[in-house]
Amino acid sequence: MIGLENIWRKELPQIEIKSVSASYEKLKVLDNLSIELNKGEIVSLIGPSGSGKSRLLKLLVGLLKPTSGEVIIEDKKINFGSKEDLIFARSKVAIVFQQYNLFQNMDVLKNVCIAPTKIQKRDKDEVESQAIALLEKVGLKDKLKAYPGELSGGQQQRVALARALNLNPQILLLDEVTSALDPELVNEVLNSIKLLADEGMTMFIVSHEMGFVKEISNRVAFLDKGSVVEINKPDQLFNNPQNSRTKDFMSKIIKE
Amino acid sequence: MERILEEIPSFFTYWNIIFLLKAMGVTLLLTLLGCIFGFTFGILLAITRKTENLYLLPLRILVIFFTEIFRRIPFLVTLLLIFYIFQIFQITDSVFLIALYSVCLIATAYIGEIIRSGIESVNQEQWDAAKAMNFSYIQTLKEVIFPQAWKVILPPAFGFFILFIKDTALASQIGVMELTFAGKILNNKGFSPVLVFGSILILYFILSFPLDRFGKYMEKRIATDRN
Repeated sequence: MIGLENIWRKELPQIEIKSVSASYEKLKVLDNLSIELNKGEIVSLIGPSGSGKSRLLKLLVGLLKPTSGEVIIEDKKINFGSKEDLIFARSKVAIVFQQYNLFQNMDVLKNVCIAPTKIQKRDKDEVESQAIALLEKVGLKDKLKAYPGELSGGQQQRVALARALNLNPQILLLDEVTSALDPELVNEVLNSIKLLADEGMTMFIVSHEMGFVKEISNRVAFLDKGSVVEINKPDQLFNNPQNSRTKDFMSKIIKE
Repeated sequence: MERILEEIPSFFTYWNIIFLLKAMGVTLLLTLLGCIFGFTFGILLAITRKTENLYLLPLRILVIFFTEIFRRIPFLVTLLLIFYIFQIFQITDSVFLIALYSVCLIATAYIGEIIRSGIESVNQEQWDAAKAMNFSYIQTLKEVIFPQAWKVILPPAFGFFILFIKDTALASQIGVMELTFAGKILNNKGFSPVLVFGSILILYFILSFPLDRFGKYMEKRIATDRN
């Protein structure tokens, strides 16, 4: 029986969101939203601004609390009122913010190392060598001692990516990571993310880069007014949307 | 002018100098202790006021109440109020201690407010990033927020300290033998007021100048702007 149970568990999605609603400053930002993310899967969230994409990611790291519904991360139902549960969720899930949110008072290396050493209490040498390897991967090995203010947006965003990865998360959330960047810097960040995808990282990606979304995602969800309107494989959703709202959105972005 | 010059030898006698230095020590002690207590409790007040913990809500309200009251009443009023309250309850602390309590209350309220605005000057996104990585409230403050807030906190805080040296002169009103009071006494003894208060002025300057330099030094050292 135990063996069977283990097999069954493997089949479970890594993140399961069931009919979640949430409000921010009295405004309903998530409305009965359900979606799941399986291990090794990349699901992109697209939709008009205010559709709840970023809010959904913030919810998963406990920066937004649901008013109803269930969030299950790796088989554990998260009680958002419980500190332990939030710590658990955040130990599994790492987020990269639109505005990078690097700590302005720390150099690049410290930004990438502080949480693993001070919070996760991992060995300093191990954390640092992993950090350097990650920063090398995103092409910033020569910037270890630079402060965020001395870096370009694209560089800062790649540091933020390395910082999130150095936490050794099971799931990575990318919140419009390229939308604050100048067009010529977008590709350097996208290329770093593609490397991760090749390694089988489980990811929720909120993005406006439709070409990138189409290329990298296993599934794409179209969100509107705080809930998932349609979710499908990328070519299905982009070329043959079923819902009228999705169709409408697709026709608009193609025009652009 | 001649009178002043004539008086100088009899003014700067050993006993008068000791008398003035003692008074200067009292002023220094009131200021320093006030600043140290004020800074310590000011930090506590500010971080209590910023906490989101629901259980601490009554404490937060108390803190806001305290800050808003003591920032708004003149130092002299606080001083007299405490002086008379102590009399009512027949607490026999020395006038120096009474002045010290008042100084600490005022300094805490003011510095607490300076620190609060410093903390709030740091972008909310820095809090979010720290929270998402499981930083506790205190860890976030220590590692992320305060290092960035110092540059906003230190200049007004040291400005306040300098003002504060001067405000302690009010303690003379309840009979604390600090610099200004010492000046009055020497003046009453018949020394020329220009000579007496000129000397007092120099002593106040000697007190405040190093503090100002120290403030500038601290600003350079821990509040370097990285942007």
